[in-house]
Amino acid sequence: MTSFDYSTTLGPAWFPTPLFTASGCASSGRELAQFFPLRAIGAVVTKSIMLKARDGRPTPRMAETPSGMLNSIGLQGPGIDAFLENDIPWLISQNARIIVSIAGENVEEYSILARKLRSLSGIAAVEVNISCPNVENRGLVFACDPEAAKAVVEGVRRTLGGELPIIVKLSPDVTDIAEIAREVVSAGADALSLINTVLGMVISTETMRPHLAGKTGGLSGPAIRPIAVRAIYQVHQALPRIPILGMGGVRSGRDALELILAGASGVSVGTAIFSDPKAVIDIQNELHGLLIAKGFSSLREAIGYAHRP
Amino acid sequence: MSPINRHAKSLSATLVSNKRIGQYHQILLNIGDLVTHCRPGNFVAISVGGENSSLILRRAFAISRISRQSNSGSTYSGNHGGTIELIIAPQGGGSRWLCAQAEGVELDIVAPLGSAFGIPTEPVHALLIGGGYGSAPLFGLAELLKSRGCRVDMILGASSAGKIYAPTEGKRSVNSLKIYTEDGSAGFLGKVTDPLSELIRVDGIDVIYSCGPMGMLSAISSIAREARIVHQCAVEESMACGIGVCMTCVLPIENSDGPVSMLRSCIEGPVMDGADVRWDLVGKVPNRA
Repeated sequence: MTSFDYSTTLGPAWFPTPLFTASGCASSGRELAQFFPLRAIGAVVTKSIMLKARDGRPTPRMAETPSGMLNSIGLQGPGIDAFLENDIPWLISQNARIIVSIAGENVEEYSILARKLRSLSGIAAVEVNISCPNVENRGLVFACDPEAAKAVVEGVRRTLGGELPIIVKLSPDVTDIAEIAREVVSAGADALSLINTVLGMVISTETMRPHLAGKTGGLSGPAIRPIAVRAIYQVHQALPRIPILGMGGVRSGRDALELILAGASGVSVGTAIFSDPKAVIDIQNELHGLLIAKGFSSLREAIGYAHRP
Repeated sequence: MSPINRHAKSLSATLVSNKRIGQYHQILLNIGDLVTHCRPGNFVAISVGGENSSLILRRAFAISRISRQSNSGSTYSGNHGGTIELIIAPQGGGSRWLCAQAEGVELDIVAPLGSAFGIPTEPVHALLIGGGYGSAPLFGLAELLKSRGCRVDMILGASSAGKIYAPTEGKRSVNSLKIYTEDGSAGFLGKVTDPLSELIRVDGIDVIYSCGPMGMLSAISSIAREARIVHQCAVEESMACGIGVCMTCVLPIENSDGPVSMLRSCIEGPVMDGADVRWDLVGKVPNRA
């Protein structure tokens, strides 16, 4: 049993296990630390942080949907300076591995955010979120435009230099996700996060208006898992050497295995945390057992296994 | 800042009793020694729908009463540990499922969560105001306040008589109880806020505790603010996680130093100081200076 190698890598970053929190679903970890030690999982991916403090969208921000939910938070957060002052030292004190997720309003802001992370010790990688659907201007979803996506990643790469791995988070709301993936990889991404939420809407039949104050929201939960599996499969097929951090409706070890088989090197758990604060650690244990039961001697062997002839 | 929800645990709790009381259900859960950490105002988040349910989010319910002893009348309570009481309105799919569960069923819960009502150190004159089944957690609070020597008056309101929750044993834990219904089908015709200014002035109320719909809490807050009386209210905002990570349940709260912040009603609440809530900005985004 001890010979099973559960570790994974995302570019040059190494993690003892392949289970992560999903950005935006674990805040900066404090709330979950009550339920399990954060150092026990692969890494905490923090909620996408912007340059300035941000109030986000008005309420209602949430609608439950069949096997899923819509959220419309709008990147509420304290801003990068307060985040670096309060949250990062705390996460380091917990011995957690940290992936910092950043979101900018324009290409320039991503580079400024990257500059603030450049000299920071104690973080494993940077996730560049170019696909948050909850912004006022849909033009800000850089991940829907290959040129814009490329410009953001090039700027971050140039600023960071070669040291910190860059993971770029993509949206499934595009015609050809492999094309966007190719662009951001050519711009310097070490790995890809797939997928962000899917844009959706719920209309209240009582008020006969959109239920969310922001009208549209991001759909997450088991409802989108097949979309995640498809996106991971397509991108892994197109770019087999690029590691993928997979996410989208994972609720169990079985679900995590499905994403690994599609081509994910690691799996983030998001919405499942809302229904079970211990979800990441439970799924981590289940996946470990499943991989051994299937006869794999390492996680690595299972990555993309569904692509075999 | 103290650790968030530092007594909260994720556990399986036995449903020891499920009784229909008018339009509501009274559900008792055995949560063992965890009751020692539950306070009036705290809430519990429960998984609903069973293993293969398409309802993926927990439902949050106020803990209405806390009993250190197990319910001796029940077969399922075991020999140790205490119970918490929940009063549930079977309105949506999740709460209907919960209200249909039989005694002996194991429920997946996270508790206790959120802030609690602040209890005065001196015996004061407290007024408790409940709207609909929002009255439920006020009865547990009333017992606690009475045990501290407080005078406890209560006003309950609802649209009609059937929506008033006022169990007989609960009535014994208050010094007085007035009921208001909007259709006049029970008690006085009108709203709980109708007699409020007069009561504050004549009876010498020191503190108001409230739980119920947001419109009611907002109306009480403005009367309490004018009368310069402390008003602790338990807010209700739809939430996905209940543990502070999803950021859906935020309310605009005025900081002591001026600006308004969107704070989570599951962590900074559900019990909040009514004077801090910018009721006029609920559903809007505060402008940063």
